[in-house]
Amino acid sequence: MSPLYSEKVMDHFRKPRNMGEIKDADGVGTVGNPVCGDLMTVYIKVKNNIITDIKFKTFGCAAAIATSSMITELAKGKTLDEALKITRQDVADELDGLPAIKMHCSNLAADALHAAIKQYKEKKGIS
Amino acid sequence: MDYASTTKVDPDVLETMRPFFTTYYGNPSSLHSFGREAFDGMEHAREQVAGLLGGKSDEIIFTAGGTESDNLAIKGVAYLNKEKRKTKGPHIITSAIEHPGVLEVCRHLEKQGFSVKYMPVDRYGLVDSAEIERSLSENTFLITIMFANNEIGTIEPVEQIGKIAHDHGVLFHTDAVQAVGKVPFTVQKCHIDLLALSSHKIYGPKGTGALYIRNGVKLEPIIHGGGHEKGLRSSTQNVPGIVGLGKACELAQKRMSKDITHLKFIRDRLISNVLQIEESYLNGHPEKRLPNNTHFRFTGIEGESLVLLLNDKGVAAATGSACSSKKLQASHVLLALGLNPVEAHGSVRLTIGRDTSKEDIDYVAEIMPESVAHLRKMSPLWNR
Repeated sequence: MSPLYSEKVMDHFRKPRNMGEIKDADGVGTVGNPVCGDLMTVYIKVKNNIITDIKFKTFGCAAAIATSSMITELAKGKTLDEALKITRQDVADELDGLPAIKMHCSNLAADALHAAIKQYKEKKGIS
Repeated sequence: MDYASTTKVDPDVLETMRPFFTTYYGNPSSLHSFGREAFDGMEHAREQVAGLLGGKSDEIIFTAGGTESDNLAIKGVAYLNKEKRKTKGPHIITSAIEHPGVLEVCRHLEKQGFSVKYMPVDRYGLVDSAEIERSLSENTFLITIMFANNEIGTIEPVEQIGKIAHDHGVLFHTDAVQAVGKVPFTVQKCHIDLLALSSHKIYGPKGTGALYIRNGVKLEPIIHGGGHEKGLRSSTQNVPGIVGLGKACELAQKRMSKDITHLKFIRDRLISNVLQIEESYLNGHPEKRLPNNTHFRFTGIEGESLVLLLNDKGVAAATGSACSSKKLQASHVLLALGLNPVEAHGSVRLTIGRDTSKEDIDYVAEIMPESVAHLRKMSPLWNR
């Protein structure tokens, strides 16, 4: 039991999904600010405009780790356009909410995913 | 493993308090016999508190806790020195690593026109007493430096600072919430004019504290009313709490050398075991340290995550201090040591107490490496 977090957050924190890195990733996005204590990197593999594999590495609190884990579940198998529509709020909602104080600083996973997609598109020359 | 946050009420303390809820429940200000018993219990507690500090019982004022005691001491002195605001400061000298109960009071007074100097600390958390002496101005009226730090456990050179204060005719207040009962000292030897302590850190009840006020030191009250506690803290006294605090102080005094021996043994064993972990470090001073405090830093991981993992395994730890865990900034104490924010975020505090056994800390030392490794595996800041 955590007085701060939902069971779902704790579950993703304890058993993070898709944790690790992809050595030959097609897109990599790093966001965060170590000053706040959160830094995350999302790696994606893309095939036919679909995210076929996604992994993350995160330094941060339980909220940062859980949102990273959740975004990988939400984005896997989605098209790039669908993935770009995933918002921070979606991630928080899927986790049954986050403490207000963590919404801004630690809820960065959607940004990291978007950054990875942006990098992939830039590499491929897609706008 | 979070005794610096709070402690369990000692069974003897609880038994001493019990009759003051239903039998001796009188108002200590009343003249009848019900009031008399409550009054006597309270005055006995005053002697017990004074006994632990080496002061006199009429130098003790009861409050609702350490933070209130700090507020009364600092504001109480400052408000009697309001005219000094027109003069060149610093008017108050404190340190960068104080508990918020002191730090926020100082910031509040700055807004009211007082000038405050926040002394830096070295990488172990020690303030430099010579630097304090050099910082004094002719208008400095108060030095307030904590006895021991609540996060990293560093014990400050209080005796030297008190001597400097008295040599220069400046009052000396110390927030001794963490040190009382764990460090042998007297207010006389350390030249202390004002000292804040809290009951729930020494196996007493929550919601009770005391302020030692050396005879002759004047304060302006911050709570006005019926004139309780020599007019310095109006409000009918929390007699059961006060009686509990008194008993806790008596026990602390009796048990101090035994407690210290036990705590140091446990502390040093925990430190040497945890520091076996690759790239782990001890925050705070290796020797000038509270006997119950350990504070570790691990490269590449974040403290809150580690605290939650340890909690899953039945170990209650803290990130820096329980107060900081509600904020997202790195601890002001750790930043003042010169740690960068990532290092500061990668720290946890484990504090022990009378009931902590060798088996308890051996269990912590056993689960710590796997918890650290688990978080490092997912950290982008750890590539080994």
